[in-house]
Amino acid sequence: MKAHGAVHKYGDNIDTDVIIPARYLNTADHKELASHCMEDIDKEFIHRVKEGDIMVGQANFGCGSSREHAPIAIKASGISCVIAATFARIFYRNAINIGLAILECPEAAENIKNGDEVEVDFDTGVITNVTKNETYQAQPFPDFIKTIISEGGLLNSLRK
Amino acid sequence: MGMTMSQKILAAHAGLEKVEAGQLINAKLDMVLGNDITAPVAINEFNKAGFGSVFDRNKISLVMDHFAPNKDIKAATQCKQCREFANDMGIVNFYDVGDMGVEHALLPEKGLVCAGELVIGADSHTCTYGALGAFSTGVGSTDMAAGMATGEAWFKVPSAIRFNLTGKLNKWVSGKDVILHIIGMIGVDGALYQSMEFGGEGLKNLTMDDRLCMANMAIEAGAKNGIFEVDDVTIAYMKDRVNREFKVYTADPDAEYTRVIDIYLSQVKPTVAFPHLPENARTIDNVGDVKIDQVVIGSCTNGRLSDMETAAEILKGKKVAKHVRCIIIPATQKIWMECVKRGYMDIFIEAGCAVSTPTCGPCLGGHTGILAAGERAVATTNRNFVGRMGHTESEVYLASPAIAAASAIAGKIADVSEVL
Repeated sequence: MKAHGAVHKYGDNIDTDVIIPARYLNTADHKELASHCMEDIDKEFIHRVKEGDIMVGQANFGCGSSREHAPIAIKASGISCVIAATFARIFYRNAINIGLAILECPEAAENIKNGDEVEVDFDTGVITNVTKNETYQAQPFPDFIKTIISEGGLLNSLRK
Repeated sequence: MGMTMSQKILAAHAGLEKVEAGQLINAKLDMVLGNDITAPVAINEFNKAGFGSVFDRNKISLVMDHFAPNKDIKAATQCKQCREFANDMGIVNFYDVGDMGVEHALLPEKGLVCAGELVIGADSHTCTYGALGAFSTGVGSTDMAAGMATGEAWFKVPSAIRFNLTGKLNKWVSGKDVILHIIGMIGVDGALYQSMEFGGEGLKNLTMDDRLCMANMAIEAGAKNGIFEVDDVTIAYMKDRVNREFKVYTADPDAEYTRVIDIYLSQVKPTVAFPHLPENARTIDNVGDVKIDQVVIGSCTNGRLSDMETAAEILKGKKVAKHVRCIIIPATQKIWMECVKRGYMDIFIEAGCAVSTPTCGPCLGGHTGILAAGERAVATTNRNFVGRMGHTESEVYLASPAIAAASAIAGKIADVSEVL
């Protein structure tokens, strides 16, 4: 499995309130949530993002609230993968549980710039920066998490 | 190597003799919590997966507190969905307008969580119950759905930072100042993936409300959970509320900690977290001249009775500054009633405050106190991210109820000594 797309780059401590502001949490509709994704720090994101694009943040990405609406909004916006130096733990868990691919890689988070074209190989954890002709090695998922993802999320894996 | 308090509780609930940091385990849950924002997503997933019933109708709590009383038609629809689900599943602990309170004030008050238990909640501030010596952590809606169906959840066993508390807090300094001081010191990711374990000789000098406030904000340092050693104060609190056996776990003497931090309570000063991160902590003497438009005293962090008591002591016989809107939200119906009985409501109204029924409302920019562009609020809540209480160009300053009440009177961020 691979992801390939243009990068939308953000900084440290991207919190769930800016990923999807609480004022929009009166709905659980994925498309409606996506239409407000990132708008409090980047109004243009939702107009710029294309299916398959990649989001990159730095330290503590997804900190704050436990709202699963945050990874849902990112996924429904078309983003195929989030790369960050570190993730806040609830966001990390939620992303896995809903099947949004996320990778921890401080080197990639540091060197990838906004607009770079990036390819991610989830089987090897290798992130290739096509624009800069660089590669970075991400932490691969533990087997336990691989199982959840390969079975299509936590609830699907429980039903088996 | 011995185990921490958190590790012992996780091991016991996983049916294991011993666990180590980093180990993945499956553990049995004593309580699964959701609210009117996170439960609808969980219910959708629960139904989609085809689960017909919940694992235990006594071990699920649904609290309609975030956008309730319903702020709009969509919020009403979400509460309706929760109400119908609770009814269909026979969920005992369903709290709706009229008996609900802010969830993390309500569950301890009702005795629904206690020492030694393992609790998950689809709300990041579920870590509050660590104040009672429980392992309690926030999760998302999918975990909540799985928890409601199976009574189990997966965990990666955390390592821990130990906080040794010594001494006693000064007058007008509270648990809020201690936790803001700690977050200022270690940062918003200073305890990422870890437990924050609190103990030491100074613990006996912290009230349950102080501890609940501190455990509540463990997540603001990135922690998986915050947890307090159980002592006489904890036991006395649970005695009147919890009607089942509970187990007290203590860390092994040779438990391993990634860091040990000494906190001298008498040295903690009133502390304010500046926008837009809880780690931007400044002591009150370093705040400068910050004019404000609104004050909020309430939330799962500081909407408890002692918080109301502090606010009432400071506001008594005083007036809120002309240009300031002061909104006070007792966190539960019981606290509200007690405020009436003790005469706090008279004090608040005479001072020019607006008092609301329990709700999370303004804390997350939902309703009942949204800020316009350029406005500033002092709030006893837990987050001051960009746009948290309203417009992206508004600002939230986090503080204790004492500083918030003093600031309401002064019209700017102020220490209690400036108004009394």
